[in-house]
Amino acid sequence: MRRMRPNQVIGLTLIALVLAAALIGTFWTPFDPLRIDLRNKLAAPGLRNLLGTDEFGRDILSRLMAAAGTSTSISLITVSFAVCGGVTLGMIAGYARGAVDRAIMMVNDAMLSFPSMLLALALLSITGANKYGIILALGLAYTPGMVRVVRGAVLSLREREFIEASRIMGNSSGYTMLRHLLPNCLAPVIVLATTMFGSVLLTESALSFLGLGVPPPAPTWGNMLASARPHMSAAPWLGIFPGLCIALTLLGINLFGDAIRDRLDPRMRGL
Amino acid sequence: MLRFALSRLLSTIPTLLLVSVAVFGLIRLIPGDPASLIMGDLADTAALEAARQAMGLDRPVPVQFAIWLGNALTGDLGTSIASNEPVLDLVLRRFSTSAWMVLIAVGIATLIAVPLGMLAAWKQNGALDLGIVAMSTLLVSIPTFWLGLMILLTFGLNLGWLPVIGYVAITTDTKAGLIYLIMPVLTLVLHEVGIIVRMARASTLDVLRLDYVTHARAKGLSEGAILRKHVARNAFGPTWTLLGLILGNLLGGVAVVETVFTIPGLGRLIVDAIYARDYPVIQGCLLFVAVIYMVVNLIVDLLYPIFDPRVTAQ
Repeated sequence: MRRMRPNQVIGLTLIALVLAAALIGTFWTPFDPLRIDLRNKLAAPGLRNLLGTDEFGRDILSRLMAAAGTSTSISLITVSFAVCGGVTLGMIAGYARGAVDRAIMMVNDAMLSFPSMLLALALLSITGANKYGIILALGLAYTPGMVRVVRGAVLSLREREFIEASRIMGNSSGYTMLRHLLPNCLAPVIVLATTMFGSVLLTESALSFLGLGVPPPAPTWGNMLASARPHMSAAPWLGIFPGLCIALTLLGINLFGDAIRDRLDPRMRGL
Repeated sequence: MLRFALSRLLSTIPTLLLVSVAVFGLIRLIPGDPASLIMGDLADTAALEAARQAMGLDRPVPVQFAIWLGNALTGDLGTSIASNEPVLDLVLRRFSTSAWMVLIAVGIATLIAVPLGMLAAWKQNGALDLGIVAMSTLLVSIPTFWLGLMILLTFGLNLGWLPVIGYVAITTDTKAGLIYLIMPVLTLVLHEVGIIVRMARASTLDVLRLDYVTHARAKGLSEGAILRKHVARNAFGPTWTLLGLILGNLLGGVAVVETVFTIPGLGRLIVDAIYARDYPVIQGCLLFVAVIYMVVNLIVDLLYPIFDPRVTAQ
């Protein structure tokens, strides 16, 4: 085991902090994140409300903690969706080749020819702007990238001797794919899934910021930033903290992602 | 070269066709009848039937697609439900706003980021390299909409140097237009610099490890000459391709920055159309951005041989 480099330590610490905040936030927050207290609105950070209150007197820290759970769970489910869909379709396309491959890749390439944010917006206009609509839209928008990577890995693996051996031994295609192909294409999947997690979290926040995400009053970092906009001069802390949460989470994921890539992708090692 | 250009050009046609099928299919996937979507819930049966016929909805789907595609090719993308304006006019006007902002930002970001990335690679693992990498990782991690808000808070509200709200098109008044562009462009530049530096550094490192660089060093060329004459052009290739992707992605993703700085651009148009369920506009924007994205990448690929003539041989 190599010694961890400082950037890995920072990355892991940040991710652990966010996950801890998300986990604690689902069970306990200092105040009810939805409780309105108009007498105490736009209070500056202080002893009672550590990070201040918003325009309805809701406690910012509590809302940030609740939002951490929403954002990370949406991102996790979305990435799982893209990984499951991408691995299945990519393995089938790469292993079967021929007409099946062409059909899958044709749809895939058409989806990849839209910028991902635009594709998510387009799909959102069908699925509707709510938690499940976002998961579906983002999941579908991020699947094609995963399909492409898995298919590429499978295409080069399927010509190798051990796959041929598995076929000659009479193993079914399904068994060969699950037992021999899948474990061998996990490395690029993990690398991509890590960066995807950050990208999904960012896109989800952006959509919430645009008012197309999880609808209020449920807090997300993105919609907290959006509602902070009119109060930026009177209560700048409203806008500072949610963005700081997004930035620190992304920083953690980016540092961690670089570390994972260095370990799993020998070609990129040392860069 | 001509062969390369032709085959690249031809390869866009199937994609273009697929994209148009996807955009056409979008409005079909929305639950409900397109005619009632456009006419609103209150329209009576006779009006709906008339609208259906006018839209050609009583004909087979492939025929509908052919008509729609034919219209789109001649520049008729339909009419906005919300503003009753032709979609193409609307899209083009908003596009010019976004395009100015995005092009200026990506141009400045490239000029800053490419030399920085090469410098970092040249001094790999030195203090300068670590500093540049740390800075770019930090910049990539900051969401543009928050960065924009913070810039607005600092320069607009606290220091009062720049106007906080409002927008003047650069084409109507160059000076005022530029002033309104400073903050959004700064936001985009900071973010894109982070992305481009990482790519420029990685591709420079790849080139620096090649034998011909060792050879150039062995024959006693100065480091500066090696970087300028032998490394720079080769290392710029992957970054050049990335620039095309960034430009395309920004056209779809610039909505958040346009929201922060209240700029009436293309991204804002798409978001507002989704709010208003203005389907002709959504369709028009999607088709337009997808086509632009493809054209940008086509141009990027066609110009690629300038930096690396080897690609034409493949």
